[in-house]
Amino acid sequence: MILPTPHGMNRRHFMRHLASSAATLPALQFISQLQAHAVEVQKRQKACILMWMGGGPPTIDIWDLKPGSKNGGEFQPINTNVPGIQICEHMPKTAMVMDKLSLVRSMSTREADHGRGRYYLHTSFVPNPTVVHPTFGSVVSYELGTKRDELDIPAFVSVNAPSGSPGYLGASHAPFVVGSNGQIRNADMGKDKDRLRQRLAMMNVIETNFINSNRGELPKSHKDIYKKSVNLMTSEQMQAFKIDQEPPKVSEAYGANNFGRGLLMARRLVETGVPFVEVGMGGWDLHANVFNALETQRLPQLDQGIAALTQDLSQRGMLDDVVLVWMGEFGRTPRINQNVGRDHWARSWTVMIGGGGLNYGQAIGETDGDGVSVVGKSYLPGDIWATASYALGIPTTRMHTSKRGRPMKLINGGVPIKELID
Amino acid sequence: MHRWNLSSNCANFLTVGFVVALACCFVSYSTEVAAARRPSSNKKTASAKRRSVAKRGASTRVERTKSSRNSEPFTTGWSDTIIEFINRQVRQAWEEKKIQSSPVADDAEWLRRVYLDIAGCIPPAEVVEKFLANKDKARRSKMIDSLLDDSAYVRNWTTIWTNLCIGRQTPRRTSRRAMQKFFREAFAKNRSWNVVVRDLVTAEGHFEENGAVNYLLAQMTMRDQGVQATAKTIRLFMGIQVQCTQCHDHPTNDWKQDQFWQFNSFFRQMRRVDHRQYDPNTGRMVDDFSELVRRDLAEEGVFFEKRSGLMQIAYPFFFDTEVDPSVGLDRRTELAKLMVAGGRPYIAMAFVNRLWSHFFGYGFTRPIDDMGPHNSPSHPELLERLAMEFVQSRYDVKQLIRWITNSKAYNLTSRVTRTNQIDNPAAGETALFSHMYVKSMEAEQLYDSLIIATGAHMSGRSSWDQSERQRQQWLRQFVIAFGTDENDETTMFNGTIPQALMMMNGQLIQNAISAKKGNFLHSTLSGKGSDAVKIRKLYLATLNRYPSRRDTLSATKLIRSRSNKLDAYQDLFWALLNSNEFIFNH
Repeated sequence: MILPTPHGMNRRHFMRHLASSAATLPALQFISQLQAHAVEVQKRQKACILMWMGGGPPTIDIWDLKPGSKNGGEFQPINTNVPGIQICEHMPKTAMVMDKLSLVRSMSTREADHGRGRYYLHTSFVPNPTVVHPTFGSVVSYELGTKRDELDIPAFVSVNAPSGSPGYLGASHAPFVVGSNGQIRNADMGKDKDRLRQRLAMMNVIETNFINSNRGELPKSHKDIYKKSVNLMTSEQMQAFKIDQEPPKVSEAYGANNFGRGLLMARRLVETGVPFVEVGMGGWDLHANVFNALETQRLPQLDQGIAALTQDLSQRGMLDDVVLVWMGEFGRTPRINQNVGRDHWARSWTVMIGGGGLNYGQAIGETDGDGVSVVGKSYLPGDIWATASYALGIPTTRMHTSKRGRPMKLINGGVPIKELID
Repeated sequence: MHRWNLSSNCANFLTVGFVVALACCFVSYSTEVAAARRPSSNKKTASAKRRSVAKRGASTRVERTKSSRNSEPFTTGWSDTIIEFINRQVRQAWEEKKIQSSPVADDAEWLRRVYLDIAGCIPPAEVVEKFLANKDKARRSKMIDSLLDDSAYVRNWTTIWTNLCIGRQTPRRTSRRAMQKFFREAFAKNRSWNVVVRDLVTAEGHFEENGAVNYLLAQMTMRDQGVQATAKTIRLFMGIQVQCTQCHDHPTNDWKQDQFWQFNSFFRQMRRVDHRQYDPNTGRMVDDFSELVRRDLAEEGVFFEKRSGLMQIAYPFFFDTEVDPSVGLDRRTELAKLMVAGGRPYIAMAFVNRLWSHFFGYGFTRPIDDMGPHNSPSHPELLERLAMEFVQSRYDVKQLIRWITNSKAYNLTSRVTRTNQIDNPAAGETALFSHMYVKSMEAEQLYDSLIIATGAHMSGRSSWDQSERQRQQWLRQFVIAFGTDENDETTMFNGTIPQALMMMNGQLIQNAISAKKGNFLHSTLSGKGSDAVKIRKLYLATLNRYPSRRDTLSATKLIRSRSNKLDAYQDLFWALLNSNEFIFNH
């Protein structure tokens, strides 16, 4: 029987990864080194903060400018504190922390539809009708969250953004979605703990009965969710959501907007032990008037937020334990359309990754003079998440088993980016 | 324009009727009344009439006796050649996969399910009791009929299609109220689905006067030359995903970029006009009304850009059918004609697939709106036959629901047995429908069910608009947008911590268990009867079944162990409402 090759997982894709790892080390030796590294790293409380740019940010105007090209747009590049790396003139604060961040300027991801791109970048897999892959935050929740017994709040928090599905890992690894105001609806039961215990005892009898009547997975996962919800309601760790407890100086540094507040909450959450926080910033789908929107609205907030978070983590000595990833579902067309906008573009764009004890101050890969294609080696979402996994101490060789017993490669067999981990 | 004046008059007339009907009670009890009236009544309802037409010749009311139950094939009391065909096709797949179906669900399990699926809420306790005492062999098929005649059916399907067409977060300058009014009329009159689709695709005019325009207005929040309207129309009504072909040929099927723009060229005559007015109170201009108008095109073709940067031109084609490209010809009307033409058009396939998935939790393809040669259906013959019959019934939505819900598969229990464990679509397997799949309730279903279970519908005399407003307000906490220009959104609802927190501590539940004078818990507790009687009432209201002897024993024990009886009953009610058995449709 010939099985059709799943879209996005063709032979060439596989060979490319094989070749890239084999080129540096004999493959087996490489894998065993990664595993040894993972055991070492997991002993520390690692975390990842994903800055999710919903709609697809024009990275050609932010991280990989093309001055002099017809596609170059209205902005000029400026120097950063890393010699040789230039970014947009409207990112001056970030330019001063570039030595703690890195850019991957050679992303090439093919999916230029919002839904498909969002799925692909969050999971490393293209959508496939037979299985729902877990978003990377759910993978971290499963791999690290379950080992943090002292953690009462969810291991995967998403601020201002819905993030993605936990897929075959199940509802207990779904993102806990909150707004950046830090208020958790209905978290106060207004009764004492004894009363809650009595209610839960009664409920447990009914729940168990239904589970035992053999109705599949959903009734079981319901029980897990209640356990988590009760932990959350009764925990001191709820304070992590209360960003108004921060000194005004700190909140001002992050910015009085949803993105800044979200990043501040993310820092408080990872301090509390949450291993994965996603912070959403929308409004990047700039089909028209891209430069005006960037200069007056998007970039000032983005610049302030990234710089404040990087500095704050660094000053607290947390930067080496917290991976920062910045991405959207794709980049935007190098060509400027008739509405002075940029459309969807997945073939050549940039992802920012920093912190986490990776190599900082790197600009990896490049695009051609007009920004329309990657020159040399390109990277896929799985490679970014493999790099983050490396920093988090999750072995990238790990296999999960889907509910139908099918072995599933973690992050689609992505390989850590060599320049960031060596 | 005459046409629209006429239909908006009808709509107004209907709305008055609805408000009156709903003012009496939130979810009507006409269900039981209708069922009781049926045998003696000379005046048949429209749907009953239609059914008797469809029944003629082929259908049979099968009388079963207890002794023959095992050997006789299952029936709800009504069958016809199409239901038999469904049963045969589904059974054939079981045989091929060497699995056996689960037993037929008992009446309580089935009633709760059919209520949730057709009426959008759980059955009231008194309906459950009557149904469980009913010995009529055709009680299931009669229940289906009466639910289809209930105003709750109209409300449920209005909710479903309003959400599909304009989302839960109504875009700015879109009238949710008028969109709902359009669907309320469509489902109340059981208008043919092809006519509904035609009205939505061809709509013009004022957004309150012609509710149908809100579908397209909601896709026109950006000046995107009808791109979103094109993609959404093909996806929602034809079950095909083409949004990525806006920019390039489809990666996995035969769709080409030209085709997207050929379809798009049908939508290029429409313009949204947003009127503003002066507000004397604030001295500012504020939103007045919006409308959709048709303007002649400047030229016949539409231009689009190939990946290479080359500009190309596209003319109106519906697949291979060329349409007169004259600039003044109303292209959406031409499109609507082509969409509904033929013996088994896409709109029929897409609707059958969506409806099947509504009732079983899984459709014939995954996802249901990505059909095509790259995604072959699990039961191709069944899908095609149902689509064909749907067209031949003149797109009779209620009839299609009747065929599905009277089938054996729909009547099976959700208990998985050893002989059909492998039928587990949640794990990625092809759905074989050998047992019912447990479904999560939609947010609206849960809200309406909580209202029923806690008796909140008995006290308030709220109008349709009022209760709808309260419901929308409650729903808002669970919807999150993705931040793209396509207005896509997701519900952070099922199986999440926010949902659990809402069920444990939310205002709705607090009110329900407060035992305030007049509410369900208060009247249950102040009524006569032993603990066992009261426990039974709580079970009937929430889980819609009698408690088993074990249920009663453990509940009694818990209640007797507490010094404060009211506290104990409140806690039992809380526990029932929060249980998995309540929150799932099974």
